[in-house]
Amino acid sequence: MCNIKVDLRKFIEANMEIFDYEESIKDDDNIFEKGFVNSIFAMRLLQYIEDKYNIIVNDDEISLNNFSSIDNIVSLLKRTET
Amino acid sequence: MKLIKCVIWDLDNTLWEGTLLEDNSVRLKDGIREILEKLDSEGVLLSIASRNNFEHAMDILKKLGIDHYFLYPQINWSAKSLSIKNIQKEINVGFDSLLFIDDQQFELDEVKSVYPEINLLKAENYREVENMQQHLPKMLTLDSKRRRLMFVEEQKRRAAEEIFEGPSSKFLFTLNMEFLIKRATQSDLMRAEELTVRTNQLNSTGIQYSYDELNDYLNSQSHDLWICELKDRYGSYGKIGLALVENDHSYSNIRLLLMSCRTLSRGVGTVLLSFLMKNAIMNNKKLRADFCKTERNRQMYLTYKFANFNEVDSSNNEKLLLENDLSLIQEYPPYIKVIIKNNRNEGVSIV
Repeated sequence: MCNIKVDLRKFIEANMEIFDYEESIKDDDNIFEKGFVNSIFAMRLLQYIEDKYNIIVNDDEISLNNFSSIDNIVSLLKRTET
Repeated sequence: MKLIKCVIWDLDNTLWEGTLLEDNSVRLKDGIREILEKLDSEGVLLSIASRNNFEHAMDILKKLGIDHYFLYPQINWSAKSLSIKNIQKEINVGFDSLLFIDDQQFELDEVKSVYPEINLLKAENYREVENMQQHLPKMLTLDSKRRRLMFVEEQKRRAAEEIFEGPSSKFLFTLNMEFLIKRATQSDLMRAEELTVRTNQLNSTGIQYSYDELNDYLNSQSHDLWICELKDRYGSYGKIGLALVENDHSYSNIRLLLMSCRTLSRGVGTVLLSFLMKNAIMNNKKLRADFCKTERNRQMYLTYKFANFNEVDSSNNEKLLLENDLSLIQEYPPYIKVIIKNNRNEGVSIV
């Protein structure tokens, strides 16, 4: 789980709209509200997760909220894996 | 049969008489040059799957003056199914819209065994290829004539993206994208019809509208028909998006939203949705959207869901009704200049 967070943070930071953001994103930061990324990015994030962990996220689980923070994505992944 | 979007040719004894390895003086089959010219001008893409030496075969194609017609030619010694997979991936259309022509039955069989949806034609019947496009909208649009060129521009874009160092969003800034959203006019209707016929992946309902139906919506006070064009420094993607909205006293209902899949990675579907959301607020309406799930249009579903559309009624799993509470509207991405032309009467030609 720890590695997943590292991977996710890396991916999000590499794709942020704000390029010179100094701090690291916190696990519970809402990445859409803070304006780091937009919902176009959510699509790429989903694709990244599905490719990397070789899963398909259930349609019912697709919502901005489930992808809005590192914590939320991790719990989504936990639900999807089982 | 589905609309054929790309014809993939074998070379030896298919495009030309004879076998390159045995005979350097191959001759194009009768009428081939005209067939290629016709398909190309109709916006059908052309490619090659041949077992030959790449340089040798390309050299001959150049001498024959037809090399420029073929996108992503696969001339190598691997299985044809693999070559066809490579082409399919590059041009991003379904296998059921590919047509493969070869003189060897075992090549046709091998491809069919891997991709059962593909369309096949024996080389001896190559002339039939001219008559396979009954489904094409009758009139040709500027976009269909430019189709091959647009893929060539796309290759340049991708090459630039590959050598670009830094986050991909920074690359997007370098493209100088302009996204135009305007009310459709009469002159857009042929292209609009074509879009509804050709677009499968990024299509919210899959309903195909005829020119006449679209013309009725154009003249209807309760409907908005929006058409979108995307341009960047490499050229124009053409008219690539369409939205049909029906307004009643309290709701704006998106009956159709589609976006050509060539623009998928640019996120313009989301931009168009943001515009429709802003427009609904401006007109004091709530916003709903029809959605029909197919095997192919998950990307469009995701676009809606990530734009904060939620299911009103999920009793029917295939036909969905989505609603957006308009509480959260994404700003347009900073790397796209969005231009809106909202004038109902602009450019309407006199009939």
